[in-house]
Amino acid sequence: MTKSIPLEGDAMAWHIIALQQLINGLALGSVYALIALGYTMVYGIIRLINFAHGDIYMLGAYFGFYAITMLKLPLVPAMIVSMAAAAVVGVLLERIAYKPLRNSSRIAVLITAIGASLLLQSTAQLVFGASFKPFPQAMAFRRIQLGPVFMTNRQLLIFGVAVLLMVILHVIVQYTKLGKAMRAVSMDKEAALLMGINVDRIISATFAIGSALAAAAGILVGMYYNRIDPYMGMMPGLKAFVAAVLGGIGVVPGAVLGGLLMGVAENMVVTLGSSTLRDAVAFAILIVVLLFRPNGLLGKKGIEKV
Amino acid sequence: MNKLTSLISGAILLFIYLLVQLLERQGILLAYHVQILSLCCINIILVVSLNLINGFTGQFSIGHAGFFAIGAYASAYLTVTWQVPFIFAIICGGILAGIAGLAVGLPALRLRGDYLAIATLGFGEIIRVIILNTDAVGGARGFSGIPKYTTFGLAYLTAIITVVVIRNFVNSDYGRACLAVREDEIAAESLGVNSTYFKVLAFTIGAFFAGAAGTLFSHYLQYMAPTPSQIGFVKSIDILIMLVLGGLGSITGSVIAAIVLTVIPELLRGFAEYRMIIYPILLILVMLYRPSGLLAGQEFSLASLAQLFKGAKAHGNHS
Amino acid sequence: MATTAELMVDNLCVQFGGLKAVDQVCFSLKPQTLAGLIGPNGAGKTTVFNALTGLCPVSSGQISFCEKQLTNEPPHTIARHGIARTFQNIRLFNNLTVLDNLRIAYHQNRQYSLLCGIFRSPRFKREEAQITAKAREALDLVGLADKSEHIAGSLPYGEQRRVEIARALMLSPKLLLLDEPAAGMNPQETQTLLELIRKLRDELKITVLLIEHDMKLVMNLCEELFVLDYGHLIAKGDPKSIQSNERVVEAYLGGSWA
Repeated sequence: MTKSIPLEGDAMAWHIIALQQLINGLALGSVYALIALGYTMVYGIIRLINFAHGDIYMLGAYFGFYAITMLKLPLVPAMIVSMAAAAVVGVLLERIAYKPLRNSSRIAVLITAIGASLLLQSTAQLVFGASFKPFPQAMAFRRIQLGPVFMTNRQLLIFGVAVLLMVILHVIVQYTKLGKAMRAVSMDKEAALLMGINVDRIISATFAIGSALAAAAGILVGMYYNRIDPYMGMMPGLKAFVAAVLGGIGVVPGAVLGGLLMGVAENMVVTLGSSTLRDAVAFAILIVVLLFRPNGLLGKKGIEKV
Repeated sequence: MNKLTSLISGAILLFIYLLVQLLERQGILLAYHVQILSLCCINIILVVSLNLINGFTGQFSIGHAGFFAIGAYASAYLTVTWQVPFIFAIICGGILAGIAGLAVGLPALRLRGDYLAIATLGFGEIIRVIILNTDAVGGARGFSGIPKYTTFGLAYLTAIITVVVIRNFVNSDYGRACLAVREDEIAAESLGVNSTYFKVLAFTIGAFFAGAAGTLFSHYLQYMAPTPSQIGFVKSIDILIMLVLGGLGSITGSVIAAIVLTVIPELLRGFAEYRMIIYPILLILVMLYRPSGLLAGQEFSLASLAQLFKGAKAHGNHS
Repeated sequence: MATTAELMVDNLCVQFGGLKAVDQVCFSLKPQTLAGLIGPNGAGKTTVFNALTGLCPVSSGQISFCEKQLTNEPPHTIARHGIARTFQNIRLFNNLTVLDNLRIAYHQNRQYSLLCGIFRSPRFKREEAQITAKAREALDLVGLADKSEHIAGSLPYGEQRRVEIARALMLSPKLLLLDEPAAGMNPQETQTLLELIRKLRDELKITVLLIEHDMKLVMNLCEELFVLDYGHLIAKGDPKSIQSNERVVEAYLGGSWA
C-alpha cells in the first residue's frame, strides 16, 4: 500500500513515515517499558501500585546528572552509580513506608504511596531547585541512516540499554535462585515463607531492581530531551503504569509489550496532529483496557474463592 | 436525632452564620477571611461526598475532581452564556455531575480495589483533557469572566444540606446497605442487597454533591484553569488526603479535616515549599499509625456530648 | 409433583476449568425437613451451597425452589425468594454492631423510599422502629439479646455464629442453608444449636439443610441425609440407613480398609 505524496524536495511515502514513526515510537516505548517493569514487578510481588515509582525515575535522572557533572564520570559508570543509588532509595522507601502496612487495607497503602510520591517530588524541588536543569551531552548528536529511515544515536543508545537491561532481567528472573524466589513469592507469599525463602529480602530485591531500571530510563530520557526537573516523573510514571496495566500488571513480558505499544500509540497520535491529546492517549487506553480486558493483554484471570 | 437535638443543632448553625456576618460587618473579619470560610464550605462538600463513596461504601475512587470539574464548567457555561439563575446552575451542575457519576460508576464498578482506583483516576483525567480541548469553555486558556455568585451564606447552606443529606442517607437502610457492601460484598448479596445498585447509587450521589461544590467554586474564583491541580488528579488527591486524614466513614472527621486543611495552607502561605513536605510526611505518619484516618468510624453527636457531661446513658443512634 | 417450599436440584453440575466440583447431583428437599449434606472434605458440599445461592456459576442442571427457577440467578434475587445461608468462614460485617448486622438483613422488605429516608418522614421512623424490633426478636431467639450494641467482630466465635444465624433469619427464609454451624463448638454449645435448629423448624416452619462434620449432631438432628463424595451424590436417605451404607463408609475411610 504505497501512497506517494510529493512534498517540496523529498518525495515521502506513507510507509516510510510510518516506519520512521514506528522507530520513534519504539524508542519512547522502550523507556516506558523500563519504567513499567518496575511497576509490574512490585505489583506482582506485593499487589501494590507504587505511585512513587515515577519519582524514582526522576531521582535516577538527577543522580545521573550529578554523577556526570560533579563526579565527572563518563556515561556508563554514571548510569551504574545512579542505578545503584536509586536501588537504595527504592529499598528504603519500601522498608520505611510500605513494609509496616503490609497487612493493612489497600487504600492505606495506596495513600502512603501517594504521600511518598509527593514527598520525593517536593524534596527534590527543595534540594535540586524547581527549574529545569540541562542534562550534559555525553554523546555528540549523530544521525544514522538505515535505508529510507534514520535513527539518532541517542535512540540507538536507548534501544541498546533497554534491550540489554531487559535481557539481564530475564536471565535473573528465569535462571537464578533470586529469580526463582521472586516468582515463588509473587505466586504465594505464605508458601514461599514456609519454604524458607526470606520474603522480606526478596521484596527488597524486587524494589531494588525495579528502581534501578527506572533510574536507567531517567538518564536516557534526560539525555534525549536535554533537561530534567523535579516533576518529570509524574506523567511518564502514570503512562508507564498504564503500559503495565495494558500488558497485564504483574506479568513481566506484559510490561515490555505494554510499554512498546504505549510508545508507538502515543507517537502516532502526536504525528497525526494532536499534541494536546498526547496525554489523553494513555488514559483512553487505560479505560479501554479496564473495561474490556482488565487483566491486560498477557494477564490471567483469577477466581475468588467463597 | 430527636427533635430537641435537631433544634439545638439548628440554632448553633444559625448562630455561627450570624456571628460570621456580624464580625464581617464590624470589620473584624475581612473579605479575605470570609472567602476562606467559603472555601472551607466547598471543601467540606467535596470531602463528605467522597466519604460516601470511599468511606461508607468502601469503593476506591480517586477521580472525584472530575465530577467537581463538570459541575464547575457546566454551571459556568450556563450562567455566562444564558444568564441562568444561580440556584438553578448549582442544581444543574450537580445533576450533570451526577449523570457523569452514573456513567463512570456503571462500567467501572465491575472492577475491584486497585483497578477501580486506576479507572476512576483515568476517568477524572479524561474529563480534564476533554475540557482542555473544548473551546466553548475556554480550552487551554481557561474559563474567565465567571460572575461572582457564591456568597458565604450560599456555600454554608449548601455544606449544611450536604452533611445532613449524607448523614441521613447513611443512617437509613440505604446507608446500611452501602456499609454492608463495604464490609463484605458477598455476604451483603446473600442478604438481598444488590451491591452494584448501591455502589452506583453512592457514586451518583457523591458525584452530584461534588458537582454542586464545583459550581460554588467556579463562581467564587471566577476563573477556571484545566490543570491537574485545579481539576485533575492532583485535586483528586488533595480531596482524598483530606478524607483520609479526617477518617473514612466519619462525617465529623471529614468536616474537621476539610476546615483544618483549608485554613492551614492559608496560614502557612509563606512556607508553601515546606507545606508540600510536611503534608506528605503527615499523611504517611497517619497511614502508618492509624490507617483509617484520625476519626474513622466515629461521629460527633449532641447525644454523645450530653452523655459525656451527664454520665447518663443516651439514646445513641451511632452507626 | 412439586409442592410449595420444596427445593429441587436436578442434575446439577459445577465445573471449574477442567475440574468437576459437582457432578450430576440430584435431590429434592420437602418443606420443613431437617436435612444434612455430608461427605469428606473437598466433596463439593460448599460448592453446592454456592450454586444454590448464586455465588458460583452453574455449568449445567437446574435448581428450583417453590416452583421458581433459580439457576444462575444473582445472589440478591435468590435471597428474595426465601433462601438464606450462613458461611463456612463466618461472614459478619465485623466493624458494625450486632444490631446493624441484623438490620441490614431486613433490606429487601424495606418499604420507605430514598426521599423518606433523607427527610426522615414519619413513615421512615415507623419502619426503622419496626426493623429494630424485629432484629431484637431474632437476637432473642438465638439468646444474644444483650449483645445488640457490641461490635460484631469483637464477639467470641460461637456467638458470632449465632449472630450469623439470627441475621439469616431476618430474611424470613423458607429455606435455611447452614454451612458447618457447629464448627468450633463444644458439646454444650452444639446441643444448644441443635435445639435452636429444631425450634426454627417447629415454630418458624423453616426447612433446614446443613453441612456438617459433627456426626453426632447430624445423626441426632437430621431426618434426611445426602452424601457427597468427589462431587457425586453417592447416597441419600435417613441417618440409620446412611450409617450402614457401605459406599458412605468407604468414602469417609478411604476405601483402603475394605
